[in-house]
Amino acid sequence: MNPADTNGNGQPKIGVYVCHCGTNISAAVDVEAVREFAEGLPGVTVAKGYKYMCSDPGQGLIKEDIQANGLDRVVVASCSPSLHETTFRRATSEGGLNPYYFQMVNIREQDAWVHIDMTEATDKAKDLVRAAVHRVRFHKPLERQRVDVNPAVMVVGGGIAGIHAALTMANAGKHVYLVERDPSIGGHMAQFDKTFPTLDCAACILTPKMTEVRSNPNITLWTMAEVDNVDGYVGNYTVTVRHNKRFILEDACTGCLECIDACVYKVGKTPDEFNLGMSMRKPVYIPFPQAVPPLVVIDQESCIEFKSGRCKKTCVEACAERNAIDFTQNETFDTVEVGAVIVATGFQAFDPKRTPTYGYGVHPEVYTALELERLVNSSGPTEGHVTLRDGRTPQTVGIIHCIGSRDVNTNEYCSRVCCMYSLKLAHLIKEKTGAEIYDFYIDIRAAGKGMEEFYNRVAEEGVHFIRGKVGDVYPEDGDTGRVVLQAEDTLLGRVRKIPVDMLVLATGIEPQADAEDVRRTFNITCASGGFFMERHPKLAPVSTFTDGIFLAGACQGPKDIPDTVAQAGAAASEALALVDRGYVEMEPNTAYVVTEECSGCKTCLPLCPYTAITRVDEKAEINPVLCKGCGTCVAACPSGSIRQNLFEDEEIYEEILGVLAHV
Amino acid sequence: MSESIAVPQETAAWEPKIVAFFCNWCTYLAADLAGTSRMKYAPNARVIRVMCSGRVDPQFVMEALVNGADGVLLGGCHFGDCHYQSGNHKAARRFRLLKRILVGMGIEEQRIRLEWISAAEADKLRDVMTEMVEQLEALGPLNLQVPDEESSEVGESAESAELAEVTV
Amino acid sequence: MSDKPKVAFYWCSSCGGCEEAVVDLAEQIIDVVAAVDIVFWPVALDFKKSDVEAMEDGSILAAFVNGSIRTNEQEEMAHLLRRKAKVLVAFGSCAHLGGIPALANLWDRDDIFKAVYLDNVSTDNPDGVLPSVKTPHNGEDVTLPAFYQTVRSLDQVTSVDYYIPGCAPTPNVIGDAVQTLLSGDLPPAGTVLSPDISLCEECPRLETKPQDLSLERFVRPHEILIDEETCLLAQGLLCMGPATRAGCGQLCINGNMPCTGCFGPTSRVHDQGGKYLSAVASMLSALEDEDIDSALDSIPDPIGTFYRYGLASSLLRRRKMTSVDA
Repeated sequence: MNPADTNGNGQPKIGVYVCHCGTNISAAVDVEAVREFAEGLPGVTVAKGYKYMCSDPGQGLIKEDIQANGLDRVVVASCSPSLHETTFRRATSEGGLNPYYFQMVNIREQDAWVHIDMTEATDKAKDLVRAAVHRVRFHKPLERQRVDVNPAVMVVGGGIAGIHAALTMANAGKHVYLVERDPSIGGHMAQFDKTFPTLDCAACILTPKMTEVRSNPNITLWTMAEVDNVDGYVGNYTVTVRHNKRFILEDACTGCLECIDACVYKVGKTPDEFNLGMSMRKPVYIPFPQAVPPLVVIDQESCIEFKSGRCKKTCVEACAERNAIDFTQNETFDTVEVGAVIVATGFQAFDPKRTPTYGYGVHPEVYTALELERLVNSSGPTEGHVTLRDGRTPQTVGIIHCIGSRDVNTNEYCSRVCCMYSLKLAHLIKEKTGAEIYDFYIDIRAAGKGMEEFYNRVAEEGVHFIRGKVGDVYPEDGDTGRVVLQAEDTLLGRVRKIPVDMLVLATGIEPQADAEDVRRTFNITCASGGFFMERHPKLAPVSTFTDGIFLAGACQGPKDIPDTVAQAGAAASEALALVDRGYVEMEPNTAYVVTEECSGCKTCLPLCPYTAITRVDEKAEINPVLCKGCGTCVAACPSGSIRQNLFEDEEIYEEILGVLAHV
Repeated sequence: MSESIAVPQETAAWEPKIVAFFCNWCTYLAADLAGTSRMKYAPNARVIRVMCSGRVDPQFVMEALVNGADGVLLGGCHFGDCHYQSGNHKAARRFRLLKRILVGMGIEEQRIRLEWISAAEADKLRDVMTEMVEQLEALGPLNLQVPDEESSEVGESAESAELAEVTV
Repeated sequence: MSDKPKVAFYWCSSCGGCEEAVVDLAEQIIDVVAAVDIVFWPVALDFKKSDVEAMEDGSILAAFVNGSIRTNEQEEMAHLLRRKAKVLVAFGSCAHLGGIPALANLWDRDDIFKAVYLDNVSTDNPDGVLPSVKTPHNGEDVTLPAFYQTVRSLDQVTSVDYYIPGCAPTPNVIGDAVQTLLSGDLPPAGTVLSPDISLCEECPRLETKPQDLSLERFVRPHEILIDEETCLLAQGLLCMGPATRAGCGQLCINGNMPCTGCFGPTSRVHDQGGKYLSAVASMLSALEDEDIDSALDSIPDPIGTFYRYGLASSLLRRRKMTSVDA
């Protein structure tokens, strides 16, 4: 096959640009030698080096040279294509050439930054440039295909991130499906009492937003719902949502709660999830008083009617003519079409049973931070009184930071919020009980607006700070009910043994237990720590490598409420940008069948996960809109009759020969 | 261990040459991450980016070996993670069949390697690179060249007794 | 002196099947003989090499050479016929691709000699004599052609104008090719004279092949009762049809046996075995490594299966040599 050219003289004219990237590349690769080498390659008309190819003047070089030298092809040797391939394609296009007459060479992330010997790194750069020069001659002009985008969006997860994202997009006029698997939206924030550093009441700032969600006509709120399946591609996702059994008819229930009073259980016998098991609930319950939607739920596990079928059903009686209870309710499914999805599925708290040193689950007065939140909260199991299990007020309280964080045995990362919430809890506990509070910390991380000031305030309130990780927690001698916290106070250089009535563990933030399953549903990846991976840690923190799927909140990484809301707004705006534009342009790396070469052998038909290949008139045919460009069918075709745009066999062979040419 | 073949190479210090085919979504990003993390590894590999490990045609591997590569590395996503659902499964099956054939053709099995490396596993990439280079250094150059045979050069020796040790 | 176009036939390392194929043209052979002047055909006629040497270069219209190149004598004849013929045609799989004799490329010459002349139970060779190029005998030197290390296809020793594929080429392919050559309307040099599309296109069983074929393993022809109507691949037999050029009239399929690939690959393919293994692996249902290996165990001789005719012309060409003459 002859290299295609636009000049008609059989040999394309290639421009090669070697980026110095400041000193990022030039410190490890002899960029001038690479440039000179490129100049000597057949077909290369122009070979230049420049400090920052991605900058305006750098891109300008490409545009000018295309015009001035009649270039047919452009090669840029710089950073990873995942960063700037689009940039240089655009520059190529603005210079008057089809943007796919461009090939990029990665001599930074995969060369300059990883190799020590400059000669070897330079040789590698030369090989890669030669391969690109060989390959680009065979590039063909390609057009991006436009596909319409569905203007509806879905938000998965009804915590503060999901709520904020949903409201933002609904207020922009988009239809939003908000899918939450718990019976109520609100997430973990609904369990908090006050929020740092301003000590805003969490419920006071959250519940208005929850109510807004319910009343916004553009939001379809589905609770007790989970995403079962996602098909399709950016702009055209088909999502199947499974509605789990509430056993309540949502349109009929008025939230009067009379069924709860009427329940044959006189007192609750099931540990209440919202209060983390510190109180009991009945089989019919409302998750918390401000639940949205304000509906009850029946728990199949503990309800007598499900166990024996012979309950008096006093609840049904109490519900009377509303008839909102339906014991026969089944799972139902809804399938909707959306253009984009924001994943805001939140976090789970670290389970300190995994670090038995601290005695959680063994000693009754060891609590997690979330449990304390419920204790200090006036709607909690103790109506806001911080008491020990037997009702006494604690006189000494210990708080240990970094439980399940900054620890090679559990999670290496810092969970970011624990120092601040520990300070908050210290303040609140002291305010309520007057107890002596001992904060055992490694570092105090108080970054952000008002945070350091809050730390100072709490310190001034007389909370004791001991810099040292508690090494042992054991019961005090003499059956006092206290535990002794033993730690080295590294600032004093002494071991301290402090008995406390109550111990609070500042447990860290982890991805949800089913993060792996969820990410497969959306075809995104998990990265370090198991959190969902963003497209780029700095420049693309809310998008993923799957176009049209965005991230918001703690599911992407530990963060506090201000950052969560900011990120949710960012995700909403990027989703809005996508659906507002109304179309997406598909990358033209699709496969196509050369019909006259195809024998109809059917080898390719079952290989495509997108069912893009069908049999038409006894030959294979590929739908370019469905084709995602993986190339599996291309490699499989036994007669070589399927090709892939941008990844033609000839192009890849040229790359192979190009990297090996000197061997 | 094969005897090294006396085919002239220009440099005294031979370095193994690896052609690597990395899938765009996992292994290529892992290699980028190794770069942004400034990990260091041997410079012997030349990476060719494909969208999916399922794009890798066994002919690519053969062309690489025949044109001077001492080893070929395929990098793709773990099962269940393929950006295109199942391309990596096809790659796995093709690779195993290809390997049987290449080993049958006298190529040591460490020369062709398939690794599942996710976008976060930059350290695995570095370790695989390092290990593969070490293994290839121990094996020596591949040298698949088929010697030219002119009429005058061949079959001069008439005697029977001296036969090199052969393995069939 | 006839002014009919001159043709020559020669056989290199071959089984004689291609010579039979020419004879098998049956009635058509009379037309062929009538239309041309055969000036060299060792199997059938008594012309000598010296006769060919005496001809003017390019005076033979077409030389049809079958068989692969194993000895220097065959290479010499190939070069000679190249000089004397306008058109050199590689006739049959051996000349086209190396053929079955090229499977010997899985061994070195020394291995072969040892197996044939020394380690063989039915060979009595107490002095361990091996064939050699020159052996003194009764005051003279008895010579033999040199036996190459590597079997080659015809185009690996000289330039070839056309290929007539097949083991052996079928009468229709030969007839069509000869007509084309005699017509004067020659296709581009290097063309393989059969359709550039794979066999499934003309296979009568294609409609019975499912669109979602997925196999747990392959079976060998002796392991099942082969249904006479259904696609052989669908029955689990490793049919090379999808990776092999059409044009043969599916003689093997019609004989209820899977295609073995003798027409070679289409022009888009660099290595028939490499390409088809990709398709074959894609057809398997196995997911985990152990299951994949177990499925692949049902192909006991992958090189023999995928490269039965094409080892010499494959990308690797031969098993890596364990020793080489300096």
